[in-house]
Amino acid sequence: MNPLLKMTGIRKTYDTGVVQVEALRGIDLAVDPGDYVAIMGPSGSGKSTLMHIIGCLDVPTEGTYELAGTDVSRMTERQLAEVRNREIGFVFQQFNLLHSMSALRNVELPLIYAGVAPAQRRERALIALERVGLADRVQHRPGELSGGQQQRVSVARAMVTDPALLLADEPTGNLDSVSTNDVLALFDELHEQGRTIVLITHEQDVAERTHRTWHIRDGLLSEKVEVR
Amino acid sequence: MGWLESLRTAWEALYARKMRSLLTMLGILIGIAAVMLTVGLGAGAQTRITQEINSLGSNLIIVTPGTSSLTVSGIRGATNVTTLTSDDAAILSMPSVAPDIAAVASVSSSRAALVAGTSTWTSTITATSPDWFSVTSRTISQGRAFLQGDLDAANSVAVLGATTATELYGTRDPVGQSLTVGNQTFTVIGVMASAGSSLSGSQDDMVVIPRTTFVQRLSTSANSRAVNLIYIQGRDANSLAAAYQETTAALLTSHQVTAANQDFNVSTQEALVAAAASITGIITALLGGIAAISLLVGGIGVMNIMLVSVSERVREIGLRKALGARPALIRRQFLVEAGVLGLLGGFLGVSLGLLGAAILTPIVGVPVTISWSATAMALGVSLGIGVVAGVYPASRAAKLAPIDALRSE
Repeated sequence: MNPLLKMTGIRKTYDTGVVQVEALRGIDLAVDPGDYVAIMGPSGSGKSTLMHIIGCLDVPTEGTYELAGTDVSRMTERQLAEVRNREIGFVFQQFNLLHSMSALRNVELPLIYAGVAPAQRRERALIALERVGLADRVQHRPGELSGGQQQRVSVARAMVTDPALLLADEPTGNLDSVSTNDVLALFDELHEQGRTIVLITHEQDVAERTHRTWHIRDGLLSEKVEVR
Repeated sequence: MGWLESLRTAWEALYARKMRSLLTMLGILIGIAAVMLTVGLGAGAQTRITQEINSLGSNLIIVTPGTSSLTVSGIRGATNVTTLTSDDAAILSMPSVAPDIAAVASVSSSRAALVAGTSTWTSTITATSPDWFSVTSRTISQGRAFLQGDLDAANSVAVLGATTATELYGTRDPVGQSLTVGNQTFTVIGVMASAGSSLSGSQDDMVVIPRTTFVQRLSTSANSRAVNLIYIQGRDANSLAAAYQETTAALLTSHQVTAANQDFNVSTQEALVAAAASITGIITALLGGIAAISLLVGGIGVMNIMLVSVSERVREIGLRKALGARPALIRRQFLVEAGVLGLLGGFLGVSLGLLGAAILTPIVGVPVTISWSATAMALGVSLGIGVVAGVYPASRAAKLAPIDALRSE
């Protein structure tokens, strides 16, 4: 089986003008379709930089990155925007919902950029919200929802385009233990449906719910296979 | 993502910050309203002046005295030398001299105190011939105009303007009443219908008397033949040019001058309209220009707020990019937002302009005319200003790197 996500010799160097900071120093990584993996690491380990490159939010200085069979490591911002829209669903620590819009409009956003017609867009967004158990909250604004509910809205937003990869960056970092379990249960469910999930976290118990965990330290990965 | 979707997104963003959006629009609003009002006032004044000049009569030529360029015995500043006399009017009314002239009326006017019983009033005495009434299109509402017989006999008769009659006699019938001008007593024989006011004052406040009577009884001028202006009516519109040339030629001959040192001015209604139009045009352009500067300031306000908006919404921009918005779409979103700000400001400005026009018209006495084309143009300009003001902020938003945008708190 071809891996969904394949990184070879990824390096990322930031030029601050005075010194050159090597955030990633040669990452090799492969994630198969249907995998549920975690990337763990302390702050400053290059964890965020790796997440940005996996999420096509940034391009590596060196190395190649293939996502769903396409080399995305040398793409322009315009092309990357399309890849992000089609292939990746993001879940952020801060939820990153737009506060002036209803939950429904927030979930519709990626479909707007995908050029989906309004009626179809609404229908798909409603289904996605129903799946995360918020069918009765579609017209609520983020401010009117609890933290856990907001994170479920952002999971609905991530899944609405039916992406190849769900990329979650500290998805439980701002949640209490009840909501954390809620969201992780949702991830388990998505995984059982065959989704590929990459979860970035610094919490051991969150990482333990995944199949495999990589540790990143000083820009290098060390794999720790824990197939459950 | 279609344009409608961009519009909706822009509306959501502007609506979420109502107060700020309104304040930003205020700049455009004031600018557009100011431009519309000044231009509307200019257009109204121009229409009004044209109407007034045309209401003087039809196929009209007006001869006014010029300054004599012959400096008599070396004395300069002899500008009060009246170069137009009743003899000129007599010459022009001869069909052999000017066959295309239908009627001639010379006018001498002066201010005088009037007394009627216990009422006193100061008005303009207009001394002329019976033709004056037809040449200047004045109609009589009570009594009669004076006739050739009154002129020949130098009768002490007077025809009053509507305002003058009311001021002197109130609700009484003025016809047949006596009127004292200086130490001379006149009999009021008629009152003219109201003709409204012109820029040179009310046309309804005047006393019209036969020219001969004026010369014999009232004139204090050493040169009793001098007149202030001569109205000439051409036979019809087609012969107006010929009448103009005949007038000029006849006066040049009788004054023994050449075109180079011509001591009188001949103007047609058309020329007066054109001169007035050019003056009001210049004033309108000046005021409109000042108003346009306020519009420019409004545009800078929009740019300023859009820049603030971009830096405040860095996270939103980052999120939209992460969700797949191409840079071009982000640029468009902010351009549309700025355009909507401008256009809404324009709409409000146009409304304020129309309201202001309705309020100002009775106050200034000049119709403030705002045309549909001016309204459409104002809206176009406000949209344009918004979009232009949005270009720089929008391109900054489009260039933001998604990771920087997401990272910022």
